[in-house]
Amino acid sequence: MSQATLRIQKISGHAGSVPGEDTQRESQVCKLVDTTTCIGCKACEVACMEWNDLPFGETVFDNSYQTMPETRWNYWNLILFNEHVREDGSLMWLMRKNQCMHCAEPGCLEACPADGAIVQYSNGIVDFQQDHCIGCGYCITGCPFDIPKLNPKTKRVHKCTLCTDRVSEGLEPACIKSCPTGCLHFGTKEDMKYLAEHRAKQLKDHSGYVNAGVYDPPGVGGTGVIYVLHDATKPELYGGLPKNPSIPLSVKLWKQPMKWIGNILIIGGIVGTFVHYLRYGPKIVPEDSAKGDS
Amino acid sequence: MQENRVLRGNRVLRYNFHERVIHWCAGLSYVYLMLTGLAFWSPWLFWIAVVLGGGLASRMLHPLVGLIFTASVIDMYFMWKRDMRITDLDRQWTKTIGAYVRNEEEEQIPELAVRAWQKWAPVDRFNLGQKYLFWVMFWGGIALLLSGLVLWFTEYIPWSFRFLRYISVLVHPIAFLVTLGGFIIHVYMGTAVVRGGFTSVIRGEVSKTWARHHHRLWLERITGQDAARK
Repeated sequence: MSQATLRIQKISGHAGSVPGEDTQRESQVCKLVDTTTCIGCKACEVACMEWNDLPFGETVFDNSYQTMPETRWNYWNLILFNEHVREDGSLMWLMRKNQCMHCAEPGCLEACPADGAIVQYSNGIVDFQQDHCIGCGYCITGCPFDIPKLNPKTKRVHKCTLCTDRVSEGLEPACIKSCPTGCLHFGTKEDMKYLAEHRAKQLKDHSGYVNAGVYDPPGVGGTGVIYVLHDATKPELYGGLPKNPSIPLSVKLWKQPMKWIGNILIIGGIVGTFVHYLRYGPKIVPEDSAKGDS
Repeated sequence: MQENRVLRGNRVLRYNFHERVIHWCAGLSYVYLMLTGLAFWSPWLFWIAVVLGGGLASRMLHPLVGLIFTASVIDMYFMWKRDMRITDLDRQWTKTIGAYVRNEEEEQIPELAVRAWQKWAPVDRFNLGQKYLFWVMFWGGIALLLSGLVLWFTEYIPWSFRFLRYISVLVHPIAFLVTLGGFIIHVYMGTAVVRGGFTSVIRGEVSKTWARHHHRLWLERITGQDAARK
């Protein structure tokens, strides 16, 4: 994982081909979050704030461990605490480290109209380039995970970068580095998938979590952040993790068929009026013919 | 409303000062909105936003100019809603629209009187095409305003109301395409086809001959000829 993995694979709002597209063998990176061994210590949150030098924001007290309801433009990594009632009436925590999922097919990038404001590197990291961002907020509409957040002062959108600056130097992201229980792992997508499946099998076979499984949603082409869940059939329990996330249908319609239909209509309208003029010409009022009548 | 529109000589006042100002507030703001909108519509047209001061500036000004456009259209509504009502005369005109589109305006039967020189039905202040443009811009403007407000403040829409965003990203471009169709035809008709139309909305005046040709019933109304005829 060297700087070569920061070749650009996809570009938002871009006319024409992408230089780095499919020019390398498998080099996808991936973050694995094992929710079953997370203790909710928030070390990853602190490490993220620390490494990315993010300014502090006010926290919100809601009678639980939850520091704030959702991620913010300056808070990219947030553990969501969910009190879950088991079937036998006992309680358990379902804790999920929430951040950008780094989708293989990113809805934010699909929706973005600004050339180069969102890129996907060939290692799979989806990264916002704030200097190209125009602040339209279409990425907020395109994201199925509610991740991009607008800075109201600069009118630019921010989110987790998967620590591209660290990854490009061969280091793991800051959150991974800080995790004391080893519930966070970082490596190639292939390795992390293997590790996750292994862990899910272990949970099924030895810990009685018969529905344990891996969350790597195919609706967005798989993600660069995958979860091991106690109950993979109900991801919604983990702070509203969508079961089958995909780019919203209206965003797909808007960005694909409507573009082409609209382009044909616009060009057709312009050509049509021009042809009409060539065929029928102007309406000129013959000023003389009615002189006596006025 | 019943202002005197008959001027000296062979001239009549087609658009008064208020009408001209509002028309150009709407027209120029629409052009800006169209250009910046096209920049966000396609990556191949994003250069328009760069030319107009950059993407960030275009994103900030587009909704503000949109408010000017909306205010102009609302003013137009109260100014012209009576003239823009679609009537039985328009339905007659629709039957002869082919002749209008094909410019079949020559005197086909010279021995007939002057009034029969057109092959299409006589028109009051606005013809049906102009009325359609007005209503397309009016309803399109409302759709653009409502969806535009959602897109303007998209980050304040709560996650549970995200369907508003999903609707708006479809409604806004559809309404734009519909109004753009009207706009293209309007500009084409007003400048290239109907000679004299463009100057009428700049200086406000047309000749009676022009008015009789294009808007006979209106001319008769403002000069009192319709009463005389009855």
